[in-house]
Amino acid sequence: MLRASLRQVSAALKEGQVTPTELCQRCLSLIKSTKLLNAYITVAEETALKQAEESEKRYRRGQPLGILDGIPIAVKDNFNTAGIETTCASNMLKGYIPPYNATVVQKLQDQGAVLLGKTNLDEFAMGSGSTDGVFGPVRNPWSYSRQYKEKSVPKSDSEREEFKWVITGGSSGGSAAAVSSFTCFAALGSDTGGSTRNPAAHCGVVGLKPTYGLISRHGLIPLVNSMDVPGILTRCVDDAAVVLGSLAGHDPKDSTTIQDVFQPFELPSLPDVSKLCIGIPKEYNAPGLSSEILSVWSKAADLFKNAGAKVIEVSLPHTRYSIVCYHVLCTAEVASNMARFDGLEYGHRSDVNKSTESMYAATRREGFNDVVRGRILSGNYFLLKQNYENYFVKAQKVRRLIANDFVKVFGSGVDILLTPTTLKDAVPYMEFIKEDNRTRSTQDDILTQAANMAGLPAINVPTALSERGLPVGLQFIGRSFQEKQLLTVAKWFEKQVKFPMIQLEEVKGA
Amino acid sequence: VPPPTSPRSHCARRTTFPRGHCGEASEPLARQNGGGGAGLRWGLAPGVAALAPWVPVVGLEIHAQISSNSKLFSGSQVQFAAPPNSLVSFFDASLPGTLPVLNRRCVEAAVMTGLALNCSINKKSLFDRKHYFYADLPAGYQITQQRVPIAVNGSLSYSLCIDNKMSQMVTKTVRIKQIQLEQDSGKSLHDDSRSQTLVDLNRAGVGLMEVVMEPDMCCGEEAAAAVRELQLILQTLGSSQAIMAEGQLRVDANVSVHHPGEPYGVRTEVKNINSIRFLAKAIDYEIQRQIEELENGGTILNETRAFDSKLGCTVPMRDKEGMQDYRFMPEPNLPPLILYDTKSLPANVNHQQVVNIDWIHERLPDLPSAKRAKLVELYGILPEHSFTLVNEDGLTEFFENVLKQTQMKPKKVIGWILNDLLSYLKQHSCTVKESPVSSVLLADLLNLLEKKEISASAAKQVFEELWKGEGKTPLEIVKEKQLQLIEDREELEQICQAVIDEHEKEVMAIKAGNQKIVNKLIGLVQRATQGRSNPVLVKQILEKKLSE
Repeated sequence: MLRASLRQVSAALKEGQVTPTELCQRCLSLIKSTKLLNAYITVAEETALKQAEESEKRYRRGQPLGILDGIPIAVKDNFNTAGIETTCASNMLKGYIPPYNATVVQKLQDQGAVLLGKTNLDEFAMGSGSTDGVFGPVRNPWSYSRQYKEKSVPKSDSEREEFKWVITGGSSGGSAAAVSSFTCFAALGSDTGGSTRNPAAHCGVVGLKPTYGLISRHGLIPLVNSMDVPGILTRCVDDAAVVLGSLAGHDPKDSTTIQDVFQPFELPSLPDVSKLCIGIPKEYNAPGLSSEILSVWSKAADLFKNAGAKVIEVSLPHTRYSIVCYHVLCTAEVASNMARFDGLEYGHRSDVNKSTESMYAATRREGFNDVVRGRILSGNYFLLKQNYENYFVKAQKVRRLIANDFVKVFGSGVDILLTPTTLKDAVPYMEFIKEDNRTRSTQDDILTQAANMAGLPAINVPTALSERGLPVGLQFIGRSFQEKQLLTVAKWFEKQVKFPMIQLEEVKGA
Repeated sequence: VPPPTSPRSHCARRTTFPRGHCGEASEPLARQNGGGGAGLRWGLAPGVAALAPWVPVVGLEIHAQISSNSKLFSGSQVQFAAPPNSLVSFFDASLPGTLPVLNRRCVEAAVMTGLALNCSINKKSLFDRKHYFYADLPAGYQITQQRVPIAVNGSLSYSLCIDNKMSQMVTKTVRIKQIQLEQDSGKSLHDDSRSQTLVDLNRAGVGLMEVVMEPDMCCGEEAAAAVRELQLILQTLGSSQAIMAEGQLRVDANVSVHHPGEPYGVRTEVKNINSIRFLAKAIDYEIQRQIEELENGGTILNETRAFDSKLGCTVPMRDKEGMQDYRFMPEPNLPPLILYDTKSLPANVNHQQVVNIDWIHERLPDLPSAKRAKLVELYGILPEHSFTLVNEDGLTEFFENVLKQTQMKPKKVIGWILNDLLSYLKQHSCTVKESPVSSVLLADLLNLLEKKEISASAAKQVFEELWKGEGKTPLEIVKEKQLQLIEDREELEQICQAVIDEHEKEVMAIKAGNQKIVNKLIGLVQRATQGRSNPVLVKQILEKKLSE
């Protein structure tokens, strides 16, 4: 039952094959038995069971709220959840219980979804491994799959075992792991430079980054306001469409959401791609792209060609400047957004009380990790009066060029872009942490970031297993607010590739 | 809390600084400084007569709290003196994940104000974050309009009188550089004895209009007159209550002095001014201080100074923010603020979603200057009278209410309003609203006078009685005090005869042709009747008797 898709389990609930409480309990017990994955920071057992009970009453009355009623979901721990601790995996917000729900959380609850808990991430979503949070790294469920174990040389030594587990990618690694390990049917992530799509690719799940402005950011603790988007992680494309339909639309509390009414849609059961033009951006054949992924990518292009679609190579010439541009814009907004954490109104407050200023300094030193502090420092540097024009303004101009690249390509008749999501499959944790966060983010965001710069919708679709038995995903990038077309293509592709289900064995470490 | 930096360039103004300006300016300044008699001029310390006089330059930055039910970016209520931290939304407290939502009313207030100050309204303006750490700024930044404010390039005309004579009024103009929308900060209350700072966020996020005036003024009095006019305009528009004592209007003054023909001097910023009277005092003190400092060979520091109203002087503020870099950046959570006019208004638009500049323009109320002109035209009163009527809160309404209920001509009524009512109000530090003499009572009184039932001097006595506020009508007072005119002509003739009889010398003089002496006799009759005689009638009787 837990391996079913959201739509399947919803049907089962409706038919009474399972009750919301049973479903919730099963998820909760699976969360416990897979605790080693460290996917959850907080498990909201009590409130989840209460919500399940309420849902059950509605089903008994024959008045469920909709397809999401009674569906266990998980939410990344950078979304505010009223009454449930929200930490951003940071000492700064450890113990912080928000008084309000993020709009997306409220929408899910209004439609009867059961919130199981809050998922792990890099501190304040700054990272690409889900390894840099104060609650420790998230382990990729595929580390404990038969597929991975069969491919890797068996080692009996438990210490070696410890060296083998791979990262989830990030920063929404907790959410990706939660969906991938069947502890929930859908999860919310956030996506600023690839934080939903990257872990989705590494964990073999669907990860959708909607168009900027389609889903409310109200209550999402920001990383980069101008690029953040709530992300959706599900087992299949249809499920992503369902969750998107329940979240999208104008929010009076977020002035950057679009006013147009959003019409939820269902995807055609037999999608047709024959009339489409698929663009293959040559710049995404980036240095460091594994030959394995290159070949998966090119096979995917062939699939489209064989289905009658027009597949052409296109160029997004400014992609190569995206990383450095992102670095300036991201750190500048981070420096600004993090200014509110001063220990006065909420969150950690240092005991140092010699003066207000010394309290601020100590609070921020104690509350933030090196990555956050480093970004604050660089961001403030870029915003200094003498640097603003040379860094921030230039980066904004480059951002415009990157966005214009997409406008040109889409204007030339291309409907959807097909690219890899990551350069390679997931690496073992011990290998990953050899590099510092900044270097890693630079490499890992390279294929996903441009979509954030341009605000475009993009989705990771699990495509194949690598030689090491780990998931490889491809990314589709669509036109602004053309989620339906994007998801339709993704669904067609999903059907073609028949990505294998994870054969999860006992999650047990040293 | 440090103010926004004022990106004004002194150099740009150097060439356009009008020559006449300085000359004009030195007059009121000299008068103020000298306090009469000595006629000292700024900078002309005894024995330094050879030096050219100093020219003071004054610019103002005015923060006006927008009169609005809710804050600029949140739904919290705006209210003065509410219990601490009772009007704080999640956004105001900068809870993570909260976002600003622009309050339409605040935008309209700023557009209205911009139009009233002859500004061009920017159809597209932007919001920026200005960063600094302060306990009463929860987000660590203020949302303001640094790059493209909502209104620019306006002007404000104001009048002030020369030598404190209402009859010598001059009108001046100060250029308005810009009006920007921004958030107010909270309030920090420092408890030094417990070494604690208490923070009240009720004010945090309240909408402000920052009005930046170019340095076109040159003394405290000019600045005070300009601010008073602005205050009247804001109150007329209803865009701000603009009560300085409640902090709804906060004025910072930039002051510098230089010799004519030389570049502007280093300026200081004077803050902490909470009344218009203190504004004038603070500026004049600061001008004098700078001159003395320079004449004694010192230098002026570019610093922020606070006005100490008790000591009547400015003192340097502990100014840690002086060299701060505010690290401005665009506010990413607010799209550009787009305003429309009737021409650019898109079809099928939801009118709740847009602000139409033309629509606001058409509905602007009469501004104080127009009100004054109307009063002059309508009632034939003098311009300086209209000035007083409009500048005193509620006085125009009082005046017009009296007019509605009396036959007396406006030109005569205005005398009673300005000479009697206003001087009583001033003596007792009352506002018009607090006046114990209502417009009805004054009208009743003036009607008695107009119908010649009492004399003018009796009317003054009645007014004095009315001021006591004992609830008596003018007629009751007249009866009680027996102030009505003596109507009996015979009685009056007898009194006149008695006066003639007792003043042989004067009668002789009159008969010799000195008609002026008649007035003296009239006065004597008035005295004898305790003001109850009609002077015209008395004159008739006297003249008749004397010619017999």
